[in-house]
Amino acid sequence: MSARTLPLLFLNLGGEMLYILDQRLRAQSIPGEKARKVMNDIITTMFNKKFMEELFKPQELYSKKALRTVYDRLAHASIMRLNQASMDKLYDLMTMAFKYQVLLCPRPKDILLVTFNHLDAIKDFIRDSPNILNQVDETFRQLIDMYSCLSAGEFQLIRQTLLIFFQDMHIRVSIFLKDKVQNSNGRFVLPISDHYLLFKRVEFTNGGNYISPQREGSFDLYGDRVLKLGTNMYSVSRPVETHMSGASKSLASHTKENAAPNPLAKEELNFLARLMGGLEIKKPNGSEPGFRLNLFTTDEEEEHAALTRPEELSYKVINIQATQDQQQNEELARIMGEFEVTDQPRQSTSKGDDLLAMMDEL
Amino acid sequence: IFCMVGLRPWGGEVWDSGEAEVQSGAGSGTGCQWHLPRLSTGTSSGLVLVFDIPSKGTNITLSEVLQEHRDSITDIASEDGAADLVTADDSGALCVWRSKDEFSLLTKISAFGWTCSSVKLWNGVIAAGYGNGQIRLYEATSGALRATVSAHARWIYALDVAPLTGKLLSGAEDSYVQIWKLSRSPDTGDIEIEHCYSECVTDTQLCGARFCDPEGNSFAATGYDLSEIVRYGQV
Repeated sequence: MSARTLPLLFLNLGGEMLYILDQRLRAQSIPGEKARKVMNDIITTMFNKKFMEELFKPQELYSKKALRTVYDRLAHASIMRLNQASMDKLYDLMTMAFKYQVLLCPRPKDILLVTFNHLDAIKDFIRDSPNILNQVDETFRQLIDMYSCLSAGEFQLIRQTLLIFFQDMHIRVSIFLKDKVQNSNGRFVLPISDHYLLFKRVEFTNGGNYISPQREGSFDLYGDRVLKLGTNMYSVSRPVETHMSGASKSLASHTKENAAPNPLAKEELNFLARLMGGLEIKKPNGSEPGFRLNLFTTDEEEEHAALTRPEELSYKVINIQATQDQQQNEELARIMGEFEVTDQPRQSTSKGDDLLAMMDEL
Repeated sequence: IFCMVGLRPWGGEVWDSGEAEVQSGAGSGTGCQWHLPRLSTGTSSGLVLVFDIPSKGTNITLSEVLQEHRDSITDIASEDGAADLVTADDSGALCVWRSKDEFSLLTKISAFGWTCSSVKLWNGVIAAGYGNGQIRLYEATSGALRATVSAHARWIYALDVAPLTGKLLSGAEDSYVQIWKLSRSPDTGDIEIEHCYSECVTDTQLCGARFCDPEGNSFAATGYDLSEIVRYGQV
C-alpha cells in the first residue's frame, strides 16, 4: 500500500466536511459572522503547520475510527457543537462523497485534481483572511512538491489504498440517489456512455461510447482543473440527507471492524497523539456564545436518527465533544494510562501527557 | 473481493535456502510465476528472483537475480519456447528472457508512459495490458510491436490466455470484459487479433478476470466492492 495516501485522504475529507458545514450553516440561518468564524477556525486548525508536518510524513493509513476521532475534534474547533447523530451523518456524507470521487477518477493522477478542487474551494471560504490563505497555499505547494512527479502507477497505488479504506461502505446519500449516481443498493453507477478514452474513438461495437477529453486540467497553484469531481455539489436548495432504513446484507462485513471491544489500538492512539498534538484548538471564550449545528432538518429527526442508527454502522469512537463530560475524559485517561508502557523512552510519555492535558481542558 | 490487484499473489516472503537467505520485497504489484522446476518472483525494487524447485524435498534455492527493471515488477508470464519468460514493470517496460540453462535477456521493450499492469505469453506472442486501457501485442523473440488495441477506457487489471485456442481475455476498471482471438497468419506468420465478445459487469470496476477452461469457453470476473465472483459460460 502507498505510504503517501494520508495527506490526500485527510484534505479531501476535510474539504467535503467544509462543503457540508457551509451548507448547513446557511440552511440553519446562522448569522454570517458566526458562520464565517466557524469556517475560519476549522480551516485554521486543519492547516496548522505542525499538524501538516505530521500529516505529510510517509505512513500507513489508520482505521476509520482513528480518522473519525480527528474529524470529531476538527468539527469542534470553534464555537459550533454537533450531537453524535449529526456528527455520524456528517462523517457518512464526507466519506461517501470522497469514495465516489476516487472511484470515478478517469485517470489515477486525477486524484490530485480532485484534491486541488477542494483546496481551491477552501481558499474561497477564507478569501478575506490572508493569514490562513498563506497556510493553505503553503500546503498546496507541499502537495505539488510531493505528488506532481509521481507516475501513473504510483497514483494508482494511492487510489487503491484509498479504495480499500472505503471498501464495503454503501451508505445511501439522497443527493446521489436523486442524481442517479448511486443505486438503491448503495453502489455507485459507473457511467459507460461518457468514459474518456485517452487516445481515440473505439472502433469495435460493444455498447459503450467513448470520447477523448477536451483539455488537460491544471496541476499548478492556480488554474482551471477541468475535472468536476471534488467541487461543491451542495447548495441551500439541495439538502444533505442519508438513508439509514433497512440495512442491506452488504453491511454485514462492517461488524468485524466495529465489534472490537477496545475502541482504539495503541498504535492508533499514538498516531492521534502526534496528530492532535499539532491541532491547536481554540477554547471558546465566554463572550462568544456557542451554538449547535444540526445535520438534520429538525431536532426530532436528529433524535430519531440517533436511536435508529443500525448497530453495524456505529463508529464506536471515543466521542471527544467539548462538553463537560467528566466521565468520558476519565475513561479516555484510563485507556491512555493502560497504554503507557513502562519500557517506553521518556519522550513518548510526554506526548501522551499532552493529549491528556488537551482532553482535560475540554 | 478483497484483493485490489486481482488474483495474483503479493510479495513479502522470506526464503532460507541454507545457501542464501533471500527476502523478496513486499508491496506494490509483485508478480509470481511457476515454470517448473523454477519459480520467479518479482519485487517492488524491480529485481526478479528465480528459485529452483527440487523434484523432491523442500530445499528451494535462489538460482538467479535478474536485474534489468528499475521499477516495481507488476506481472510475469512464461511458456515453453525460444523466449520463455516476460517480466513487466510499473513504468511500462517489458523484458523478454531466455532461460535455457542460464537466464539471458533477449530483448527489452520500452515503456511509453503507462504502467504495464498485466502480461501474457502465448505462442511467441506477448500480450500486454496497460493502465491507459491499451493492449499491445509484441513478437516475443524480437520485441517488435505488432498491434495496438484501444481495448478499454480505463486501467486494465487482468489479462488471460486460453492456451488451446489463443483466446485472450481483458478485464478493466471500465467494467468491461473483452474477449479476443489471437492468431498467426498461415502465410506470413504475422500476429493477428480479432475481437470476439464484450461483457459489461454493471457498475463494477473489475480487478480480476480469468478463463475457467483451457479453451476459453467460460470465464470468471470480480471487482471492487464485490463479494462475489461472477462466472460466464458460452451457451
